[in-house]
Amino acid sequence: MVDFNVKTREDSLVNVVNLHGYLDAHTAPELEIVFTRFIKDNRFRVVVNFEKLAYISSAGLGVFMAYIETMRDNSGDIKFSNMTPQVFNIFDLLGFPLLYEFYNDEEEAIKKFSEKS
Amino acid sequence: MDTENKLFEKELVVKSVTGNLSLIRNFTKSAAEKCGFNNEAIGKITLAVDEACTNIIKHAYKNSPEGDIVVNISIANKKMSIAITDYGYNFDPANVPEPDIRKFYNRHKVGGLGICLMKKLMDEVNFYSVADKRNQVVLVKYF
Repeated sequence: MVDFNVKTREDSLVNVVNLHGYLDAHTAPELEIVFTRFIKDNRFRVVVNFEKLAYISSAGLGVFMAYIETMRDNSGDIKFSNMTPQVFNIFDLLGFPLLYEFYNDEEEAIKKFSEKS
Repeated sequence: MDTENKLFEKELVVKSVTGNLSLIRNFTKSAAEKCGFNNEAIGKITLAVDEACTNIIKHAYKNSPEGDIVVNISIANKKMSIAITDYGYNFDPANVPEPDIRKFYNRHKVGGLGICLMKKLMDEVNFYSVADKRNQVVLVKYF
């Protein structure tokens, strides 16, 4: 059994996504459903909290690649927070810090959206 | 004369479904622990094997669940080797360019990240193919 779940909530017009467990090619479609729903509902500001994510493979990273441009084209973004060093290392190996913003905590990431608006 | 002094050899055969990735990871992790790798190295090895098997499921078997994935792990002479074999479509890693995250973004392209990760995470990554028969990737980590 694969241990993964996604929880979402809205905070100051920002959609917060909490990831839990193992994000791989098997579980990535669950996260894609969440992002597809955000776009359908015109919710383009997203903070992904990785605090409880134990594992990520490139299939999981691919989800963020697939939706980032749509979010930015609509004045939104996908920002990352609370990543463990192990998970950050995978993003870093593939050069994600060049294109994505990483924050130590969720509040800081949420505030960044209001600074820009 | 056998100079390899094999400490460990184990095989796992699973069907080509993503639901088996966690099983493959656990199998790999338990072997890596026997080598005395630290948690960081175990994480890297496990991810590299996951990436190889995900590629097989997507590209060699094109998401058909009927294919076999054979994972052979051997540990000898301070070296952990993981040979992963499939019997699907041939796959030429030379056709996969080194990814540039900015180009991915500009071209809306997703994918190709797995091979890059495997190369960054392991000490050696070698691909072998016998046309219309089998593909094999061998991942090596020294300890």
